Amino acid sequence: MTQQKRISLEKLTQNTTFLSAIALILSLLVSGVVMMIAGYSPIEGYSAMFTGAFGSVDNLAQTLGTATPLIFAGLAMAFAARGGMFNIGIEGQIIAGAFPAALVGAYLQGLPWFVHIPLCFLAGMIGGGLWAMLAGFLKNKLRVSEVILTIMLNYVAQYLAEYLANYQFKAEGMLVRTETIQPSAALPALIPYSRLTTGIFVALAFAVFVWWFLSRTTPGYQMRAIAQNPYAAEAGGVNIARMNLLTMFLSGALAGMGGAVEVMGVHGYFIVNMTSGYGFDGVAIAVMGNNTPLGTVISALIFGALRAGSTSMNRMTSIPGEFIQVLQALVILFVSTPGIVRAMLRKRNFKKNDQKKGA
Amino acid sequence: MYAVEMHGITKQFKNVLANSNVELMVKRGEIHSLLGENGAGKSTLMNILYGMYAPTSGQVVVQGKPVVIENPLKAIELGIAMVHQHFMLIEPLTVAENVVLGYEPKKHGCFDMKKAVEEVNTLADQYGLHVDARQKVEELSVGTKQRVEILKALYRKADILILDEPTAVLTPQEVSDLFRVLRKLRESGKTIIIITHKLKETLELADTVTVLRKGQVIASLPVTEQMDQAQLAELMVGRIVSLETEKQPVPGEHEVVMALRGAVVTRDKRNVLDDISLEIRAGEILGIAGVEGNGQTELIDVLTGLQRLSGGAVVLQGKQLPAGRITPRSMLAAGVGHIPEDRGKRGFVGGFTIAENIVLGYHRNQPFARHGLINRKARDEFADRVARQYDVRMDSIQDTVGSLSGGNQQKVIIGRVFAQDPKVIIAAQPTRGVDIGAIEYIHGELVKMRDAGKAVLLISADLDELMRLSDKIAVLYDGRIVDRRDASEYDERTLGALMTGHTPDSVEKEVKQA
Ligand SMILES: Nc1ncnc2c1ncn2[C@@H]1O[C@H](COP(=O)(O)OP(=O)(O)O)[C@@H](O)[C@H]1O
Ligand SMILES: [Mg+2]
Repeated sequence: MTQQKRISLEKLTQNTTFLSAIALILSLLVSGVVMMIAGYSPIEGYSAMFTGAFGSVDNLAQTLGTATPLIFAGLAMAFAARGGMFNIGIEGQIIAGAFPAALVGAYLQGLPWFVHIPLCFLAGMIGGGLWAMLAGFLKNKLRVSEVILTIMLNYVAQYLAEYLANYQFKAEGMLVRTETIQPSAALPALIPYSRLTTGIFVALAFAVFVWWFLSRTTPGYQMRAIAQNPYAAEAGGVNIARMNLLTMFLSGALAGMGGAVEVMGVHGYFIVNMTSGYGFDGVAIAVMGNNTPLGTVISALIFGALRAGSTSMNRMTSIPGEFIQVLQALVILFVSTPGIVRAMLRKRNFKKNDQKKGA
Repeated sequence: MYAVEMHGITKQFKNVLANSNVELMVKRGEIHSLLGENGAGKSTLMNILYGMYAPTSGQVVVQGKPVVIENPLKAIELGIAMVHQHFMLIEPLTVAENVVLGYEPKKHGCFDMKKAVEEVNTLADQYGLHVDARQKVEELSVGTKQRVEILKALYRKADILILDEPTAVLTPQEVSDLFRVLRKLRESGKTIIIITHKLKETLELADTVTVLRKGQVIASLPVTEQMDQAQLAELMVGRIVSLETEKQPVPGEHEVVMALRGAVVTRDKRNVLDDISLEIRAGEILGIAGVEGNGQTELIDVLTGLQRLSGGAVVLQGKQLPAGRITPRSMLAAGVGHIPEDRGKRGFVGGFTIAENIVLGYHRNQPFARHGLINRKARDEFADRVARQYDVRMDSIQDTVGSLSGGNQQKVIIGRVFAQDPKVIIAAQPTRGVDIGAIEYIHGELVKMRDAGKAVLLISADLDELMRLSDKIAVLYDGRIVDRRDASEYDERTLGALMTGHTPDSVEKEVKQA
């Protein structure tokens, strides 16, 4: 009987979905404790968050709308990781996609929507893709880790876009932003005046594409081989440097799509600081989703709910919305160290075994 | 009389019965070989003796006293020490620090490094274990690390020393050094249990052999002059195994299929391959003998496109290949099959399925893929056929290769290469860490390939294998080919001497004198 139970528990600790769920629950508990220590009521906080995320159609739309760019960011991170690259530059690649998408949306005129929207997407993907590929190129040339390169390129993208939005492409008015896009380039909202647009369907379609690409194409196969054993991949005739470039381009293109969708659905123009940390959330999302497309979509939805919920927690209670960041950090911590969770479960097993041995 | 008695030992893992009612009697002061194929339960049995696992049932008796060994500490208390397959050393610490760890000599309550070094040196001298006590472990060769492990055991005053497959990682020279040490330990009254699946070593070294098969003791016999490898192999595998590979010369012209002309590879201003010229001919196995680290890896890498030449040329079917365009992909496409020397590293992707691994390197070719799209049905059908043909023991081709035994992993790689009908086969350490049954099979397949007119290059650290399979042998020493002849002209001693840097002339003189 106990034997049976132990086996199933052991199996569970190998199960990444289970570990991710445990990690999420643990993070919620620990942040609750942090709230308490800081003198707030976690019950009040979490119920405000829950209402804010799911309480009404508008709240739900807010959750799903927030999740849309997060799906792209998570997919970008997950895709790179599946190809053996650690792309921490998603934030910058979102900007590198959003900016050209905004320009194509604003300055190309008189196009029907079914031409204009794909063109904006294309601009976003190429912008984000090339920006990420630059990191891949420098990695190959200089033999520097892509982690450092992508982080640094985040700042370059941010300030470059800010500069361009301040001078060459500045729209009339007080805000540092580009011209508003043409109606033919706008993604229609599903719920009026919400962030939820047809962009969510685009995001889901891209998740399916990523799954298909990784499992059904030879470049996807080669990418996975490189990630798991680059030596064997090399002996199998895979050109690792070239594949790394492709991996980075496609990862960046996913991030760039996120930027384009955000411009075309939510803002209608490029505006500084519009990314608000999506890229970094993408890391946590991919980690929690175990780098699979389905897992990434699910954890992006959860993170969307947390973000949407924390905004209303901020509004409805005295608890600062920044608690969401504590929560997210804990999620990363717990998910990326499944050892903690496993050890906690194992300790229980161990005690049980000891008792058995003694008996 | 007996140092160790194990009675009725049974060990059940989840769904594997690793040991079943095992009886083991080890006499005091003998070298006892525990022989069996991979997975026979040798390590498990010894881990029970060392207190790493609790037996499901059974009794252990040490030096005549029934004992319960709950953990390794208890084992050490009883004078039992174990040198594991994977060393348990702390790399950044010195030899002396590693040896005395847990039993440090103290002076004024502080660790006395000087004393530790002294003690370790004395101990090392006593048993002819050459180490530098002040050197860091991370700087040591594998053979030396093993000596440190043995020192650790001796420092803890072990009377019973267990060694788990100690020769698997050693060069022939290191093996004979180890055996010398073990004999010396026996002389001084220690009891030694050595786990192995190598027959020759058992015959050479052991006083008694216990053969395990599928968790059960098949036989426990004194090692005598009359005992031979075939007899042990049969006990171990459970059927008659042919240790000789049938091989007739392939008739007809043996044209050169692949050749190196003056190949040079320079690394850190040193020529790791120095002016190598060799010819791999159709219908012939060319063996490369040499102690590892004398250029074998570079030679393999040059021939398979993994390593650029610093000088010289690769010639394939009479055409000199343009140096800048040689890549692993181009070599695979040109029909150069590669069985890598380190299968875990170069050979397969552990997390990939058998099907995915069987096409690795050929994954772009039709029918496995077309226009970049994988044809899973065609691939899986092919993989299933190859896996069956090459006798891969598996549940399904969707199992990961990482979950297979070493022998079956190697069969996946061999199947992958042979099924593509290559012109040249670069076979490096094709049977390393593989069961006898699988070795017999792999040798047979290699010879079949040669008989079918393939050009084969065989790189192996196993001299028996080399002499058994090769038609010609070239000896690689310090990046150069120092001698080459028909395989029949060599004996083991000559090869051993050439491999360790003796010149052909001096070897010949020695042989004449003897
Ligand atoms: N910790 C373990 N858990 C489950 N099965 C094990 C474990 N250790 C060994 N086994 C299984 O027990 C059998 C015997 O293994 P082992 O003693 O390592 O064999 P050997 O050392 O003779 O190669 C194998 O089938 C192996 O897979
Ligand atoms: Mg073993």
